[in-house]
Amino acid sequence: MEVKAVEFVRKAHEALHNPRLQEALRRTEAKFVQGRREALRHLEDPDAVRRHATAIRDTVLRQLDAWLIHFERQAQARGATVHWAEDGREVARILTDIARRHGVRKAVKSKSMVSEEVGLNAALEAAGVQVVETDLGEYILQLAEEPPSHIVAPVLHKTRDEIADLFARHHGRPRKTDTAALTREAREFLRPHFLSADMGISGANFLVAETGSVLIVTNEGNGRLATTLPRVHVAITGIEKVVPTLEDAATLLRLLPRSATGQDITNYVSLLTGTKQAGDADGPEHFHIILLDNGRSRLLGSELEPILRCIRCGACMNHCPVYQSVGGHAYGWVYPGPMGSILTPLLAGLERATPLPNASTLCGRCAEVCPVNIPLADLLRELRHVQQVRGLRPRLETLSLRLWRALVLRPRLYHAVMGMAAWLLTRLAGARGRLCRLPGAAGWFAHRDLPAPAGETFLAAWARRRGKP
Amino acid sequence: MVRPPRSAGARRRNLPCRLGAPPGQTMSARERILGRLAAARRDDTPVAARVENPVRGPATPHCSDPASRFTERARQLASTVARVADFSAVPAEVARYLDAEGLPRRLAAWPEFAKLAWQAVGIEAVFRPAGADDPVGLTGVFAAICETGTLMVTSGEGTPATTSLLPETHIAVVPVQRLVPTLEDAFALLRREAAIWPRAVNLISGPSRTADIEQTVTLGAHGPYRVHIILVGP
Repeated sequence: MEVKAVEFVRKAHEALHNPRLQEALRRTEAKFVQGRREALRHLEDPDAVRRHATAIRDTVLRQLDAWLIHFERQAQARGATVHWAEDGREVARILTDIARRHGVRKAVKSKSMVSEEVGLNAALEAAGVQVVETDLGEYILQLAEEPPSHIVAPVLHKTRDEIADLFARHHGRPRKTDTAALTREAREFLRPHFLSADMGISGANFLVAETGSVLIVTNEGNGRLATTLPRVHVAITGIEKVVPTLEDAATLLRLLPRSATGQDITNYVSLLTGTKQAGDADGPEHFHIILLDNGRSRLLGSELEPILRCIRCGACMNHCPVYQSVGGHAYGWVYPGPMGSILTPLLAGLERATPLPNASTLCGRCAEVCPVNIPLADLLRELRHVQQVRGLRPRLETLSLRLWRALVLRPRLYHAVMGMAAWLLTRLAGARGRLCRLPGAAGWFAHRDLPAPAGETFLAAWARRRGKP
Repeated sequence: MVRPPRSAGARRRNLPCRLGAPPGQTMSARERILGRLAAARRDDTPVAARVENPVRGPATPHCSDPASRFTERARQLASTVARVADFSAVPAEVARYLDAEGLPRRLAAWPEFAKLAWQAVGIEAVFRPAGADDPVGLTGVFAAICETGTLMVTSGEGTPATTSLLPETHIAVVPVQRLVPTLEDAFALLRREAAIWPRAVNLISGPSRTADIEQTVTLGAHGPYRVHIILVGP
């Protein structure tokens, strides 16, 4: 998927003036926030579970190579083939090779954000393989030729009416607007694809090292169909998704759906291990697992490593005031919201995503709801610092910050300047006691006034009361 | 997380570094990736130790009456639950359910249910993997989990995975002896009892659903529209 994160400001502006999107965002925010809060209450001690989950993720990251090797050995022992890919190009090459070797003409796809990351569908189609998205949201987006706007609810930006129009146009059946009827129509159109596909493609929510299994968490059943019916199953995932044991997977499964959709558990959790066995009536004969790095390994041991704990639940974006105002498309790549503002610069390149670390109020709500306690606001701040160090910020901003630094490092000068500023601002505010505009800050003042300072600084007032000069 | 202040130089050293020159032709992607990961390793504990002694997370509430807790949880997931005293009563309960739902009296069942008296209650049962045109699939379970009202179904000889997936109605027969308190207990049971680890372990929690359209939950997406659970036991 093409990275368009540099257009954040323009796209955010458009999103703010899009009434349909605003309505959709309001609707989802309430559902996700409330749903998560209630589902977590069903746990006896949710914070203890979150601490344990955090420890699990950190245990893995401290020796990621050893866990991946263990996973690979177990997966191979049960008949799976494990591939390693540095980047999207390598994933596409491996996947088209597999498709060619097995004579694949059609692939059904369960939802996978990593596949979006590497632009998989285009690569497969170029190799002559028909790719059908089967998650209802992703299927709608495939018809509309749009990218997802949320990692859990990819089509939350679309209204029912838009979806009804889309189905009527593509399915050629009478237009219907009832949600259940639309869902059934999609089922009827997709069922034949499941039954005739040669290959199923899925992501992985976790890789279980103990058993060499791919674990996927779904609601619709398309994930089960895509990994059960076709002859070939290919799972594509990031190298950081490995967890040690089934017990560890169980802990994370207590948090992932609760944080994501407010469910105690999703409809389906599938633990897939190896290929069809002797005596099995169903299941794929070939099982390939592609482990993708795409910049992840570089983060290990850096200040930004905690982002690798992420289990892709979407709670941070569901609770983010910026995401709630502008939606997912403004972020310009696969991963929106706070986790995306960190991942996009790191995986797609800092210079291709300069606005993102700054597209945050740093209010910290994201870190508060993260099931694996990623200090998201701190990481965003760290990225801003990295941008400064690499000279990726506008010259005026850098200059102003230099001046500010020079000022705050000289207490006497600072107090003198602050005293003058307080005096000046008080004069400018006049009798109203509020400032309605200042040169160079029109944007800030467009929505609010600045209360005027009290005429003198605290230190000056303090000195006056103590009777000291 | 409060970061201790450090000099800009030290911080710069800790930033993720860009990859250098294109790697040589001799190293595979696997070697290159694992090489980078090994360089960042901070823990040399053998991983086998944790695999051999798995760590359980914070305990979930103890469940004193498994059957009623499971029933309550399963109903919250939009499954329906009935209770019969023993296996011989299963066909009559299935017939009752099919009539109540207005469904045809035809089903594809796991072979283990071939010995039950289906004809006596007027049900046409076939014992093969369910196909796309079977209206009802009848399965047993490996275990059922009280914590969430979840069924654990494993693929294998005589337990095809499609039976709980392709038909619009899934009926699951759950002996009360197979109820376990938590997901960890179900996995532990599987480790103890599985001669060969199954290709697919499916946790099923109610009928399939989607909320993709305007975040309105709709039951029945690509999987079953209905899940009916028959608890068997005194």
